[in-house]
Parts: sequence; C-alpha cells; structure tokens
Amino acid sequence: MKLDVRDLVQRFTTPAAAGRPATTATVLDGLNLATGDITALVLVGPSGGGKSTLLRILAGLDLPAAGSVAFDDEPLPHDEAGLRRYRRTVGTVFQAYNLFPHLTAMDNLLLPLVNVHGLSPAAAADRVREPLDRFRLTEHAHKRPAELSGGQKQRIAILRALVIQPRRLFLDEPTSALDPEMRSEVLEMIGELRAAGTQFVLVTHEMAFARRVADEVAFIADGRVLAHDRSLPFFTAQPHPRVRAFLAGALAS
Amino acid sequence: MPRWLAHLIVVALFAAGIALAFWRVGYAWNWAGVWDYRQKFVQGWLTTVGLSLAALVASIAIGGGAAFMLRSRRPLVEAAARTYVELIRGTPLLVQLLIGFYVVASAVGLENRYVVGVAVLALFSGAYMAEIIRGGLDAIPKAQLDSARAIGLTPDQTLRLVVLPQAVRIVLPAVAGQLVSLIKDSSLLSVIAISEFTLAAQEVNSFTYSTLESYLPLAAGYLALTLPLAAVSRWLERRFRYEAA
Repeated sequence: MKLDVRDLVQRFTTPAAAGRPATTATVLDGLNLATGDITALVLVGPSGGGKSTLLRILAGLDLPAAGSVAFDDEPLPHDEAGLRRYRRTVGTVFQAYNLFPHLTAMDNLLLPLVNVHGLSPAAAADRVREPLDRFRLTEHAHKRPAELSGGQKQRIAILRALVIQPRRLFLDEPTSALDPEMRSEVLEMIGELRAAGTQFVLVTHEMAFARRVADEVAFIADGRVLAHDRSLPFFTAQPHPRVRAFLAGALAS
Repeated sequence: MPRWLAHLIVVALFAAGIALAFWRVGYAWNWAGVWDYRQKFVQGWLTTVGLSLAALVASIAIGGGAAFMLRSRRPLVEAAARTYVELIRGTPLLVQLLIGFYVVASAVGLENRYVVGVAVLALFSGAYMAEIIRGGLDAIPKAQLDSARAIGLTPDQTLRLVVLPQAVRIVLPAVAGQLVSLIKDSSLLSVIAISEFTLAAQEVNSFTYSTLESYLPLAAGYLALTLPLAAVSRWLERRFRYEAA
C-alpha cells in the first residue's frame, strides 16, 4: 500500500454547557504523510498527539474537517455511504470492546461475513475454520467474550477483521489494554500476519515490536508528523531530538 | 434446601399468619352470597385480561418510540418526548383517566370507553417504559457502535443485531415490573365505568355486604396474572443471560 495524506485537519467541538462556552480542539493540524509502497506502517507518539484520530480517518470511521487521504492513489470517499462501502473492504481493531458481548466468538466472526458480505452461514463457517485453527482459537470459538482472556478477545477481534479478506488492517493500540503476559500472544499474531504479507497500519506504544514489523514509522505529536522514515534509520539514526527522547523513554520503560 | 421447598415454607408461614389474623378477629364468613355472583367475577377478570394485554402491547410500542425520541438530536423531538414523559409520570392516573375520557375523548367524539381506557393506560405505562428503554439503549457502550460501524453494518443492522439484543436483556426485569404495575393499574378503569375485575368486586360487595369475600378473590385474580408474568420474565432473563464483556 502507498499512503498519501495531505493537509489533514481534524477538530473536535465540545458543546457549550452551563456557564461554559463551546470549545474546539484541533487534533490534526495540517498533517502530511506520504509513504512508499509498503506492507506495514507504524504510527507512534505521545498520547493525545493525534495518532488514533488519524487512524480513525484512515479506517473510514471519521470524516476529516479538511484535507485528503489516498491509498494507492485512490482517494477516500467523503460521504457516509461511500465510507461504509470502504469500511467493508478494510478491517479495524480497537484497543478493547471489539467483540459483541451477546454473541459467541464464532458468531462474532460470522456476523460480518453473513450480514455484511452476504455469505451463507455454512460458507461463512467454512471460511473461518482454517484461520481459527491456524491461530489456535478453535477451542474458544463457542465461548462468549466474557469467558475469554483479554488476549484471546483481541485475537478473535483481529481474526474477525481478517476473515472478510480485507485490503488492509487498521490496528489502534491493540495491546494497550492488556496485561503484559497477554501482549505477547497478540503481538505474535500480528507478527505472523506481517510475515504472511498482510498490509496494516498500526498505532502502538510497543517500540521494540514496531521496529521489528514496520517498513516505515511516523512519529505524530501535536497533530502533525514530526518524524517519518524507514524503520531502521527511524530507530537507529533519529535526527529529531524530541523523537529521540521519546524513543529513549519508551524503550527504557 | 431446594428452592421450591424454601418458597413453599415461606408461603405456608405467610398464609398461616394471615389465617391467624382472621381467626383472632373472628370474622364471620359469608362465601355463599358471593358465590352467586361468580359469573360477574369471571367476566370482569376476562375484561381485565383483555384490557391489560392490549395496553401492554401498546405501552411497549409507545415506550419504545418515545425512548428513541428522548435520544433524538433534534431539540423539538427530544422536548416533545421529555414533556410527555414528565407530564404523565408527574400526575395521577386517576386524573389522566378522567380528563382523557370526559374531555379529550368527548372532544374528538370517541365514545367507546374501552378504547379510551386502553389508550390512557398505554400512554400512562408508556411514559415509564420510555425511561426504562432509554436507559437500556444508553447502556450500550459507544465502543460497540464503533465496532459495528467498523465491520460495515448499516445503522439499521446495528440496531437490530447489536443494540436491541443487548438492550432487551438490560431492560427486561424493569419492563416486567412495569407490566405488573400496568395490570394492577387497570383497576382504576373502574372510575370510567368499565366493567373490569375491580368494578365487579365493588358491585358484588354492594350487593352482598360481604366486603372481604368480594375483595379476596380480586387479590387472587390479579396474582393469577402477575405471577406467571414474573415467571416468564425470569425465564427470559435466563435465556438472555451472559456476562458483560
């Protein structure tokens, strides 16, 4: 995938309440980012810097206030109906609460296949059998989310995004809500996908992992890209002092 | 101890207490006089069942509609629903029935008191239902709606496949409680001369002067409706049970 983001602006308005006027925060402030033709892009940076806001726009969940986004020279639609069609071609995984709690893991996987992509229940079940097995989740398929560990839930959520055979995945801090021992199983799964050539954009605070899977890394702060490079020079020859300090702090913690 | 045995013991103790109270008062029973009017009780009870069923279905529809209006982003729609809910919940059903029947229904030329009764009862219960259902809809985390959008569900599908199945489970106990109230509140329809169960008991009482013999069957008749409703509600709750993730 080749991503081209130009002059992207996003603002959030908090409506006026008792004794307080409406306030507008600029979260993306004319962000520009052009990548090569790569498999994995990783977005890093401080919390509140705009990474997740950017990812939501890339995933077609939010419309930007201004600016444009194109994947492989194909611009993202500007209307909700177009965006919904676009969302059906990509997969998105959030930090937590991806799965629907009233459905089993299996039914969570089947829901988009049957209700969005029009597969018959039997064909959908066929489609998920092999991936469930490959990621050692078959024995958990009949369980409700409450019976699954945090790591299992995230792996099912990634699988749900994957079985629709998306053009690419968007992963928004998929391990941030997990205990350390569960992070590795989720990161391992993402690593396997990377090895299999699945394209994705990942927002993460896991710097060692970012360095391992990313083709390119962008550092986002204050609604702009402060640094952007191929993975190796980004981590080993970072010229920007603020980014260097961030990386040193993240790797130390 | 099995649960059924525990229930049996509690009910037996309670019944014994009531029986003891009657024995101490030395009440002179006259069931024979009331028995002659059994047909009246049956008719009244059936009318109450019919009125309650109709009002029950209508109140869920009204409550559901008003719940979505309460959540509307359009100020006028939200204000209309809010006004309806607070006006109905803040005034006695008795007043609503009298105004509904003698003023509103007369003004629009609606003469069927049964239709008016069901309508007022459904509007009354619907206001409570609206707040219950709104609470259930609000309880679905925003993250779930994001996930639904992310997999490409339409707003309709999100409502049908994600929101409603979860909201039903959340509101079920409160809705069942409201329906029990509705059945008992239907006794007030006697004030607009609908010959339902309570009016039947009042009439039998005035014929026989056997007050308790007239009103005890009333209690039993309402329990015969509300206890199965509570049982169905518990069964549905078990069916929809799952832990929140």
